[in-house]
Amino acid sequence: MINEIILMDGYGLYVWSAFAFTLISFTTLYIVTKIQYIKENKKFIAKFGTLNSESAVIAKSQSINKQILSNNSII
Amino acid sequence: MFKYFEPNKIFSITSKAPKYVLLLFIIILSIGLTEALVLSPEDYKQSHSVRIMYVHVPAAWICLGIFSVVTFLSLIGYVFKIRNFFLISKSLAPSGLVFNIIALVTGSIWGKPTWGTWWAWDARITSMLLLALFYILYLIAWRICNNDEKAFKLTTIITILGIINVPIIKYSVDWWNTLHQPASINILSKSSIHTSMLYPLLIMTAAFALFSLLIFLMKYNTELIKIKNKGLDRL
Repeated sequence: MINEIILMDGYGLYVWSAFAFTLISFTTLYIVTKIQYIKENKKFIAKFGTLNSESAVIAKSQSINKQILSNNSII
Repeated sequence: MFKYFEPNKIFSITSKAPKYVLLLFIIILSIGLTEALVLSPEDYKQSHSVRIMYVHVPAAWICLGIFSVVTFLSLIGYVFKIRNFFLISKSLAPSGLVFNIIALVTGSIWGKPTWGTWWAWDARITSMLLLALFYILYLIAWRICNNDEKAFKLTTIITILGIINVPIIKYSVDWWNTLHQPASINILSKSSIHTSMLYPLLIMTAAFALFSLLIFLMKYNTELIKIKNKGLDRL
């Protein structure tokens, strides 16, 4: 049974490589997108930390900014 | 109506949704892979190589669908000056390109045991390659344009030119003699595919659609934070 699934009458190499390529592409795209997200989020938090108290109050009044600060690990 | 597409409203959803979409994607993909690799029958002509269809066909459908949505949103965004439509389009394009590449590579892997060659300059395959080039051009345009207005204009032109290729891809197997087989699934007429193969195909399509939604949500959040970063610079 296991051999049949792996070898697939000689087509195993083609079938498994097609599925492997798809899953590797998915994983790569997911990791790249996640890294970009973490990088931008860190940049935002660092910039927010450098704001003076007056600017920080203005920035915090925007709902998206509050959500970004409270959602550090959303994914 | 367009107020519902404001970033503030969308971000409150997109910031919470990815973890649920990821979980659902993993569940659906696991079911789809079991069906595609173990439970579905082999084809009487193509034997087990037919299983490549379960990744090749959904990838091709989704990359065509994403390009059509990107074109529609770019056009509407350009006409009605809705910046958020461009943001949505920009966030959709990377997964569209990856699905396009998957369709080309898995098609090539399928071609070797079926046609005896990895590649042929056949109408369907060549037009799919052309679509990948339009995706690449679209993403490059966003990178090279510093000015937003210029980027909106350029990306809209690229998508309008690229969308001409979409019906060519769809009907290439009917218009020309191609190595590629004609469509087995038709919405308007009876499909020639058996349900034992159709269901795994639909499950894998659902999994792939969820993955593109996941990447879109993550990318959209990233783009919004980028805009907010620029906003902090101005304070």
